[in-house]
Amino acid sequence: MSDRPVDVRIKDFREVDCGLSSAEAVAEAERCLQCKKPLCVTGCPVCIDIPAFIREIAESNFSAAARALKEQNMLPAICGRVCPQETQCEGVCILGNKETPIRIGALERFVADWGRENDPSLPETAKPTGKRVAVVGSGPAGLTAAAELARAGHAVTIFESLHEAGGVLTYGIPAFRLPKDVVKAEVEQVLALGARLKKNHLVGRSVGVDELLGYDAVFLATGAGLPAFMGIPGENKNGVYSANEFLTRVNLMHAEAFPEFDTPVLHGARVAVIGGGNVAMDSARVARRLGAKVSLIYRRGEEEMPARKAEVLHAKEEGIEFFTCTNPTQILGEQCVTGIECVKMSLCGLDASGRPSPEPIEGSEFTLDVDMAIQAIGTSPNPLLVSLIPGLERGWKGNVVVDENGRTSIPHVYAGGDIATGAATVIEAMGSAKRAAAAIDAMLKGE
Amino acid sequence: MYTIELATRLADRVYEYWIRAPQVAQHARAGQFLIVRLHKKGERIPLTISAVRGDAVRVIFMAVGKTTEELATLGAGDSISDVVGPLGKPSEIENYGTCCVIGGGVGIASTPLIAKELKEAGNHVIGIIGARSADLLILEDEMREICDELYITTDDGSKGVHGFAADVLKKLLEERKIDRVWIIGPAIMMKVTSGATVPYGVKTYVSLNPIMVDGTGMCGSCRVTVGGETKFACVDGPEFDAHQVDFNELMQRQRIYTTQEKESLERFAEHRCRCGEGGHHHE
Ligand SMILES: Cc1cc2nc3c(=O)[nH]c(=O)nc-3n(C[C@H](O)[C@H](O)[C@H](O)COP(=O)(O)OP(=O)(O)OC[C@H]3O[C@@H](n4cnc5c(N)ncnc54)[C@H](O)[C@@H]3O)c2cc1C
Ligand SMILES: Cc1cc2nc3c(=O)[nH]c(=O)nc-3n(C[C@H](O)[C@H](O)[C@H](O)COP(=O)(O)OP(=O)(O)OC[C@H]3O[C@@H](n4cnc5c(N)ncnc54)[C@H](O)[C@@H]3O)c2cc1C
Ligand code: FES
Repeated sequence: MSDRPVDVRIKDFREVDCGLSSAEAVAEAERCLQCKKPLCVTGCPVCIDIPAFIREIAESNFSAAARALKEQNMLPAICGRVCPQETQCEGVCILGNKETPIRIGALERFVADWGRENDPSLPETAKPTGKRVAVVGSGPAGLTAAAELARAGHAVTIFESLHEAGGVLTYGIPAFRLPKDVVKAEVEQVLALGARLKKNHLVGRSVGVDELLGYDAVFLATGAGLPAFMGIPGENKNGVYSANEFLTRVNLMHAEAFPEFDTPVLHGARVAVIGGGNVAMDSARVARRLGAKVSLIYRRGEEEMPARKAEVLHAKEEGIEFFTCTNPTQILGEQCVTGIECVKMSLCGLDASGRPSPEPIEGSEFTLDVDMAIQAIGTSPNPLLVSLIPGLERGWKGNVVVDENGRTSIPHVYAGGDIATGAATVIEAMGSAKRAAAAIDAMLKGE
Repeated sequence: MYTIELATRLADRVYEYWIRAPQVAQHARAGQFLIVRLHKKGERIPLTISAVRGDAVRVIFMAVGKTTEELATLGAGDSISDVVGPLGKPSEIENYGTCCVIGGGVGIASTPLIAKELKEAGNHVIGIIGARSADLLILEDEMREICDELYITTDDGSKGVHGFAADVLKKLLEERKIDRVWIIGPAIMMKVTSGATVPYGVKTYVSLNPIMVDGTGMCGSCRVTVGGETKFACVDGPEFDAHQVDFNELMQRQRIYTTQEKESLERFAEHRCRCGEGGHHHE
């Protein structure tokens, strides 16, 4: 496994991480101790039987490994690439105490890629039950619930407002981390189980709430797509983007290939990206590939960045300049952005989330000359549909309130993924969708 | 795929298309729009829903750039890759008394549905439609049919009142009580025309047309400042209280991609010349 050289990869959008060869995968799998009480499984939000598929890899039974994996996770090539394994399965791997943990993510990706090319077989599906289920949103939560429910024999319709399925996997995460043909192939697999996809259907507008509630069960997976803006002066100047807009223009609309593709995006010469999460790293690295010199501005220290360590490292390798303990106060310029005024922050005490709480240091103001700014400071649950459903209880962040099985305040309506949790991770979205799908299946079967 | 059922040229560079899109047609209300993407390399562009008939919706557009020029080369029987809608909030229709619905240029496209719903709610509806000249004036007969009174203006005096819709509106406001006003047209026209109702304190709606991408509230490309607050036109609008809108910011943000738009259009024109494509299959 290796990353493509920096000077080459920053000129294109092809995948950075080349993955494992079969020899490397077998060698890595052979390191696995096959623990009796595997900690890695407890570290996995969807409890994949990790030692089982690793054992098959060690014995070069790639087909068996791929099938075992797909029984439990319909999006393995995606998870293998984007899960924060270092804080999940790999984080608790017993080998981590002495040497390096098994590279579970890399092995998952290897098997999934192998399966995609060599063994497209699908898990079995049950006899049709005649029950109709509506899934709203085709991100990881919606796709997972659709797959589980289709396998259980229910007639599943997925509604997606965009012209392509995948949610953040399609419009948010850039191709150099998650190639779009990988997403398309795994979406196709879910559809091959029998789920029907209706693109270009914004539920609440193109599909009425009454019509939606007319299904035997409903799973809401509309995500946390509403971008936050900082609320500082100058934010609506030409050249200020939300990360969602910037990434959507490139990932979904292919603005990097303008004018071959019709959607444009500004190519800043010097770009400021505000934030410290995966979204900020992705925005910075996309801007870099469009030719910019990129400065990343984050109000806390590097240790506190919520982004995956590997992505911080990749960003640094690619020449992104980090301004930590720094906060923007104003975006400068007449109509277009010409600079961003910042202030240094000191970290004192701990805030409600247990992280150091940043306070501005008086007199530490400075200006960065930039011609573009991207705000990647978070998103909140998509309010459009959930605000239209009468009687649906919501929390203070606008999230749909659910129990541990995804039940909402309306009997046959369930929710999961970012719409219920607020912005989280792919695997957590999938985990909540699996639990909700099990509860929906039980309800529909009258258990 | 969404089929174009009927394609007609209404005036110079202005086209009327009926597109089969049942999920849009079944739910469309006055004031809402849809987004089209012509093909897999296409941009997503918003167009107002101008009328509904069965499973089809009507859009009326002006060919001003790459996507609208390309759309204009299509004809009946051709299809469009994606259509999503209805998007945005419907107009706030109630029985207010006397309402004035004003359309400028291609903005006239939005007026029949609003006028019709206002009429059905029991209002006395006055229409004002204006264009640069008589040959660019669209939907006159349709508006005459719906409205209780219809005024026509042209900038060059070739038809109706010589002048602007704002002139007619001012006169009406002097003469009688108007309860609500809708204005749809280019940003500058909405800015100027809505100024006329300020002294009378008449609630005035304008339909804002910032650059959009998804149209579902996910990107913030369409953000506008209304009453000092940031709003997303695609989900909080597109209609807003005219007297609260920062029109200068709207016009500034419409110019973000001027350079790229020009490049894209020139490339398209060149391509068409090379391919010898004449274009129109219109009736
Ligand atoms: C740039 C970026 C990078 C990320 N990187 C990582 C990473 O490396 N690892 C990781 O684990 N997580 C990452 N995340 C987070 C992760 O992508 C999300 O937690 C996850 O996608 C949530 O899944 P979801 O299914 O709940 O929602 P989403 O993926 O947001 O999907 C929701 C879907 O619903 C659709 N929709 C919304 N409303 C409607 C409606 N009314 N009708 C029809 N359709 C509707 C939307 O168009 C969308 O397609 C990242 C997020 C972003 C933005
Ligand atoms: C809610 C809404 C409803 C609309 N309804 C209609 C309609 O019914 N009929 C119609 O003809 N047009 C309508 N528009 C405008 C239409 O979307 C634009 O004309 C179209 O996007 C131009 O695309 P293009 O590629 O052909 O031109 P571009 O090359 O993108 O632009 C060409 C010219 O059009 C201007 N322009 C670009 N985008 C917009 C925009 N969103 N609004 C206004 N001007 C723009 C540019 O500033 C430029 O001068 C609407 C816009 C919105 C936001
Ligand atoms: S167009 Fe993206 S939020 Fe309105």
